[in-house]
Amino acid sequence: MEYIIIIISAVFVNNILLAQFLGVCPFFGASNKVETAIGMAGAVTFVMTLATLITWLLFYYVLVPLQIEFMQTVGFILIIASLVQMVEIILKKISPSLYRALGIFLPLMATNCAIVGVAILVVTKEFSFGGAAHLLNLPESIAFAVANALGFGVALVIFAGLREQLALSDVPKAFRGIPIALVTAGILSLAFMGFSGLV
Amino acid sequence: MNKLQIITKGIIKENPVFVLLLGMCPVLGTSSSAINGLGMGVATMMVLIMSNAVVSIVAGAIPNQVRIPAYIVVIAGFTTVVQLMMQAYTPGLYATLGIFIPLIAVNCVLLARAEAYASKNSVLNSVFDGLGIGLGFTLALTALGAVRELLGSMSVFGYKFASGDGMLVFILAPGAFIALGYLIVIFNKLTKIKA
Amino acid sequence: MAKESSLKNMLLCLFGVTLGVSALLGGVYILTYESIELAKKNEVNAAIAAVVPAFDNDPSVEIIEKVVDGKKVKIYPALHGGEPVGYAIEASTTQGFSGLIVLMIGFLPDGTIHNSAVVSHAETPGLGDKIEQKKANWSLQFNGKHPDNFKLSVRKDGGDVDAITASTITSRAFCDAVELAYKAFLTVTQQ
Repeated sequence: MEYIIIIISAVFVNNILLAQFLGVCPFFGASNKVETAIGMAGAVTFVMTLATLITWLLFYYVLVPLQIEFMQTVGFILIIASLVQMVEIILKKISPSLYRALGIFLPLMATNCAIVGVAILVVTKEFSFGGAAHLLNLPESIAFAVANALGFGVALVIFAGLREQLALSDVPKAFRGIPIALVTAGILSLAFMGFSGLV
Repeated sequence: MNKLQIITKGIIKENPVFVLLLGMCPVLGTSSSAINGLGMGVATMMVLIMSNAVVSIVAGAIPNQVRIPAYIVVIAGFTTVVQLMMQAYTPGLYATLGIFIPLIAVNCVLLARAEAYASKNSVLNSVFDGLGIGLGFTLALTALGAVRELLGSMSVFGYKFASGDGMLVFILAPGAFIALGYLIVIFNKLTKIKA
Repeated sequence: MAKESSLKNMLLCLFGVTLGVSALLGGVYILTYESIELAKKNEVNAAIAAVVPAFDNDPSVEIIEKVVDGKKVKIYPALHGGEPVGYAIEASTTQGFSGLIVLMIGFLPDGTIHNSAVVSHAETPGLGDKIEQKKANWSLQFNGKHPDNFKLSVRKDGGDVDAITASTITSRAFCDAVELAYKAFLTVTQQ
C-alpha cells in the first residue's frame, strides 16, 4: 500500500518535472520527438535508480559514520558522474543495441538535476508515506527513485506528443521554439494539478 | 572588451535565462516571489564568481581529459560553501529555497561559463564575467519572481499593492512555466528592436 | 592552455583538486558549525517564544518527548521564576492536503490556547497556506479558546472552527494537530 502511495504521489501529484521543476533542461531538450523522449525516459529510469541506490549507501555507510555529511553534494555528484561513465562503458560491451538506444543521453545524466535532486531528497527530506514522517529507508528510497523516474517519463512523453503537434501549427513568430513550449508545459502542469490532494 | 562590457553582455546579449535558456530548474522552482528569486540569484552569483576565479587559475594545470570532472568538483565545492554559509546566517531563506541550493552545483550555467570562458581568460576577466552572468541570472529570476508575485498575490517584495488574492495560478507551478514563456517573448521583442 | 593528458597527471590532478576542495569545505564547516547549530536552536526558541507568554528558562533543554495516539509529540515547558507559565507543544499531522503539517501550539497552564505557529507545511500557496499567521489571521480564532468548550473541528463536521474557504482539508488537519497537542498537554498536566 505504502509503495502504491509513493508511486501515485511521485507520478501524478508531485510530478518531478511539472510540480517540482527538477530536470527541466532535458525536458525541453529531448522532447521534440516521442521516440527521443522514450529513449531519454529509459536512460533516466536506469541511471536514477542506480544512482539513488549507490548514493543512499554512500550517505549512510560512509558520510554519516565519518560525520562528513557536508561532503554530500560533492560526493554525490562525483559518484553519479563516474557511475554514468561506467554504465556507458559496460553497456557498450554487453548490450550494443541498448547502448544505441540510450547511449547519446547518458553523458547528459551527470548534470541532470533530477537525478542529483532525487538522490539528495531521499537522504534529507522527511516524507510521510504511510503514517509518521520519516527519512526513507533503502527499499522506500529505491521505490521513490523508480516512481520519480516514471513520473519524469510520463510527463516527458506526453509533452513530446504535444510538441509534435505544435510543430505543425502556425505559431506567432515571437513565440516560436521555447516560449510556446513553456506555455504548453504550463497548461500540462495545470492539468496535472487536478491530481493534487489525491494522496 | 573592457570590464563594463563584460558585465553588460552577461545581462543582455548573453542573458543566461532569457537568451541562452540555461539553468531553468532553479529559475522555475524558486521564483514564486521576488525575494526568493533575488536570494537564489545572489547565491548562484556567489558560486559562479568563485568557481570562475578558481577555474581560471587552475585551468592551465589541468590535463584536457579530466577538465570537466575537475570543474564539477570545484563548482560543487563552492556550492557547499554557500550552502553552509546560508544555513548559518540566513536560515529562513535557506529553508525556503531548500533542495535548489545544493542543486546550484548541477546548474548548467556554471559549468558552461567555466568551460567556455573562465578556462580561457584571465582571473580578473573571469570574475567580471561571473559577475555579469550572475547579475543577468539574478535579474531574470527577480523579474520572474516579481511578475509571479504581482499577478499571484498582488504584491512585490511583500509590499501589497491591492487587496484581494490575485490569480493564484501564477504562484503555483503552472504559472512559472507560463510567466517565463511570456517574459522570454517580451525580452526577445525588446532586444531585437534595439539591435 | 591545457596540458597533454597522461594517466599519471590525470590522477594527480583530480586527486589534487578533490583534496583542495575537501580541505576548503572542512575549514568552512568548522567555521560555520557553531552558527548553524545556533541558528537551528534559535528557530525552535523563536517558535516557542511566539506561542507562550514570556519565560526565563530554556525550554529546548527541558524538552519532554511523548508518544500520543501513536504520534511523536515534543513538549517544551515554559517557566518564569520556577512557575510554569505555559507549554509549547510541537505536534504534527499527515492529513494535510499535501501531507505533513507541523505546528507549535502554546497552552497556558489551565489549558487555554495562547497562540499557535506553523513550523512546516507544504499546503497550496494562496489557499491552504493561510494557516500561517503571516499570510492570514485565520489561526487567530483559536487564541484564548479552551478546548473543553471550543470543539476542535470545522463547522461542517459539527465543530466550532471556521474553515478556510476552499481549504477544508487543511483546516481539518490543523484542528487534528491542535487536538493532538491538547491531548499531549493533558498527559503532562494531569499527573
